[in-house]
Amino acid sequence: MAELRALVAVKRVIDFAVKIRVKPDKTGVVTDGVKHSMNPFCEIAVEEAVRLKEKKLVKEIIAVSCGPVQCQETIRTALAMGADRGIHVEVPAAEAERMGPLQVARVLAKLAEREKVDLVLLGKQAIDDDCNQTGQMTAGLLDWPQGTFASQVTLEGDKLKVEREIDGGLETLRLKLPAVVTADLRLNEPRYATLPNIMKAKKKKVEVIKAGDLGVDMSSKLTVVSVEDPPQRVAGVKVENTEDLVAKLKEIGRI
Amino acid sequence: MAVCWLFLRRVAAARACQSLVTPRASWRPLCTGPPRRAFAKELFLGKIEKKGVFPFPEMDQDELNEINQFVGPVERFFTEEVDSGKIDREGKIPDDTLEKLKSLGLFGMQVPEEYGGLGLSNTTSIRLGEILSLDGSIAVTLVAHQALGLKGIISFGTEAQKAKYLPRLASGEHIAAFCLTEPASRNNTGSIRTRATLSEDETHYVLNGSKVWITNGGLAEIFTVFAKTKVVDSDGSVKDRITAFIVERDFGGVTNGKSGDKLGLRGSNICEVHFENTRVPVANVLGEVGGGFKVAVDILNSGRFSLGSIMAGMLRKLIELTAEYACERKQFNRTLSEFGLIQEKFALMAQKVYAMESMSYLTAGMLDHPECPDCSIETAVVKVFSSESAWQCVSEALQILGGLGYMRNHPHERMLRDARALLLLEGTNEILRMFIAVTGLQHAGLVLTPRIKQLKGNSMAVVMETISQRLWDTLGGTVDLGLTGNSGVVHPRLQDSAAKFEENVHCFGRTVETLLLRFGKTIVEEQLVMKRVANVLINLYGMTAVLSRASRSICIGLPDHDHEVLLASTFCAEAYFQNLFSLSQLDKHDPGNLDEHIKKASKYILEKRTYVCSHPLDRTS
Repeated sequence: MAELRALVAVKRVIDFAVKIRVKPDKTGVVTDGVKHSMNPFCEIAVEEAVRLKEKKLVKEIIAVSCGPVQCQETIRTALAMGADRGIHVEVPAAEAERMGPLQVARVLAKLAEREKVDLVLLGKQAIDDDCNQTGQMTAGLLDWPQGTFASQVTLEGDKLKVEREIDGGLETLRLKLPAVVTADLRLNEPRYATLPNIMKAKKKKVEVIKAGDLGVDMSSKLTVVSVEDPPQRVAGVKVENTEDLVAKLKEIGRI
Repeated sequence: MAVCWLFLRRVAAARACQSLVTPRASWRPLCTGPPRRAFAKELFLGKIEKKGVFPFPEMDQDELNEINQFVGPVERFFTEEVDSGKIDREGKIPDDTLEKLKSLGLFGMQVPEEYGGLGLSNTTSIRLGEILSLDGSIAVTLVAHQALGLKGIISFGTEAQKAKYLPRLASGEHIAAFCLTEPASRNNTGSIRTRATLSEDETHYVLNGSKVWITNGGLAEIFTVFAKTKVVDSDGSVKDRITAFIVERDFGGVTNGKSGDKLGLRGSNICEVHFENTRVPVANVLGEVGGGFKVAVDILNSGRFSLGSIMAGMLRKLIELTAEYACERKQFNRTLSEFGLIQEKFALMAQKVYAMESMSYLTAGMLDHPECPDCSIETAVVKVFSSESAWQCVSEALQILGGLGYMRNHPHERMLRDARALLLLEGTNEILRMFIAVTGLQHAGLVLTPRIKQLKGNSMAVVMETISQRLWDTLGGTVDLGLTGNSGVVHPRLQDSAAKFEENVHCFGRTVETLLLRFGKTIVEEQLVMKRVANVLINLYGMTAVLSRASRSICIGLPDHDHEVLLASTFCAEAYFQNLFSLSQLDKHDPGNLDEHIKKASKYILEKRTYVCSHPLDRTS
């Protein structure tokens, strides 16, 4: 019966059902007044942590989120799903827009050390930027083993068996703890945060700190040049046979 | 001649006084009532009780964050896991859906926290109600359980009763039902026949009777049952009075029929419930013995207003769905959305939804206020307006889809069938209109009785005052009830609408007084008159709500507040003219008042019990 402690990182993103609109000045997408919710893969990560706790393999779950004050809502959802306490690393809205996986990974690494956790769980990627880097970078900074795209996680003593979904099929790894795991779609089906649990979550503690307090450098060497709509799909052209196909392709300069 | 001159001097004097004093202050009622006067009741006196209505009730940020937290999971559950089409076809809510609803905590929203519920305020409850509307059968099941079935225990139960029953009702382990209606007493509560007889040893009552149209009748474990009991009055006489009881199915003798084959709300369980020699312990009397009528009325009053937000939530989704269709579908080489008649329908739907939402949340704010005044009229208004608007709007939305709307693979036909029930449930709209009118007229009557007596008793001063005031009105004196201007509570951009509203209110107050003078107590027999009175009041309450909400939206700068102003002013303008028409018809000599004709025609038809006219093709030879 391991007494592990887990850190789960959750991100607040635009809800998957919303129609995204690009801002007229092309600096990003419209976020004002738009419905936001927890990144679906982060939900899966929280669910996995809660299931481990229910199996009495994990003692404490800490939910963490980096960003402006609205992130606290996302942390509260994690608390309502079963996390024990939360940490909000407050980053003002303007800075948050420039925040990328590297900066978040630096924060998570520092927090993992500070809180002395044995397991860091994240979603494999966020549905807004699709970076798929934070988990990997965090493991790198901590010099911990990583099991990404996890579709099954089993604790075996002080080792973690992780089954990964990769292009070629399924790969199973055995990681020595402490480790970083990122959740893929089929890892589990997250529970609904029930209303009574949401009310209980109000009493759980959420600590608010600044990135600077952790001694983390939030600077980025990347700037977003422009954000544009993908080009409108134009109608395709039907061809009768292979000769026509080759001719058409030559015509548009593709071969 | 001298008398004439004296008369004129008096008129002049009275009018001079009148011009210095606004109509509102000219007759202050003998104010011995509670500090917070009920808004709708005061409208009957031509007064606008601004407190509590302006500004529009606002929730503090913390509570709002909490509500938003609740909304997320519930919305997700309904969109992802509730298959309304299936529920409608199979006539049943699947067991695992019910289980999930229970675990989400939706069965105990208004049960206080200490008994295992969520202890949500009225405002929060109706906000969640907006999401429940995604499935009519589920909404009705939950409303019947909470707002009706167990509400009595929360409001009137003893500590022991609450501790015993509420926890399992809150978790959904037990479902509750409200048993009032009987085959012979569908609208007339006072005439129920179910009887509860006290046993010889006075330890329990024996309950016998049949109840009909009981929502959750087949699912419930706990019933709030109303029965006649013998009560000894203070003067020693023995009377039959209604008492409320908490009855457990386990008490024995409780059976129910099959769920009725209904037009809509087919997933809900509505059936007959029979009690045969059911033994109910004396400890299960709810409230006082003989005090059941009040219990019933209280529960019904608070239960019915949640329908407003439920309808608003459903219509919002419908507008979205239908707008999507109207903007994609092309006819005559243009999208439907370019045609005037289609555009009109959307404007109508948006207006109605805006008014419905505004009225619901305004009423919820009133009910949540610690000094809660008597909101029975307001809740009835919300129910009548919302149910009728919903019926109208769903019909229009279906119409926009044309033939597709008529097909069962689109949700519109199911929503139409579900919406139809609301005109009947929880008090038919006809009964509620009478209730609105009678309650308001009674209140006005109480306040105005001294004046009316004086008028009838030909007190010269009072007669003069009245005549001069009517003169003032007819000569086009402006009405200022304090809504706009320097200390106004309505935003200047809504000035026109506010002025229309004030004019209507003033006229309404006068009309009420005239009606009371004309009919006295017999006004309760004049349903066609009372219908108009109720319609005016419903419009007035709607105008109040939209003015209050729009003012706030402008003041705090909500996005799209210009659109709100547009909807609010359109609603007010329409309501204004409708009111003028109704009010003019209430005048004794109005040529547009066809009541006598209507009564005559219907009398003949009902005497013969058929349509009476000869066939168009009939000949005499």
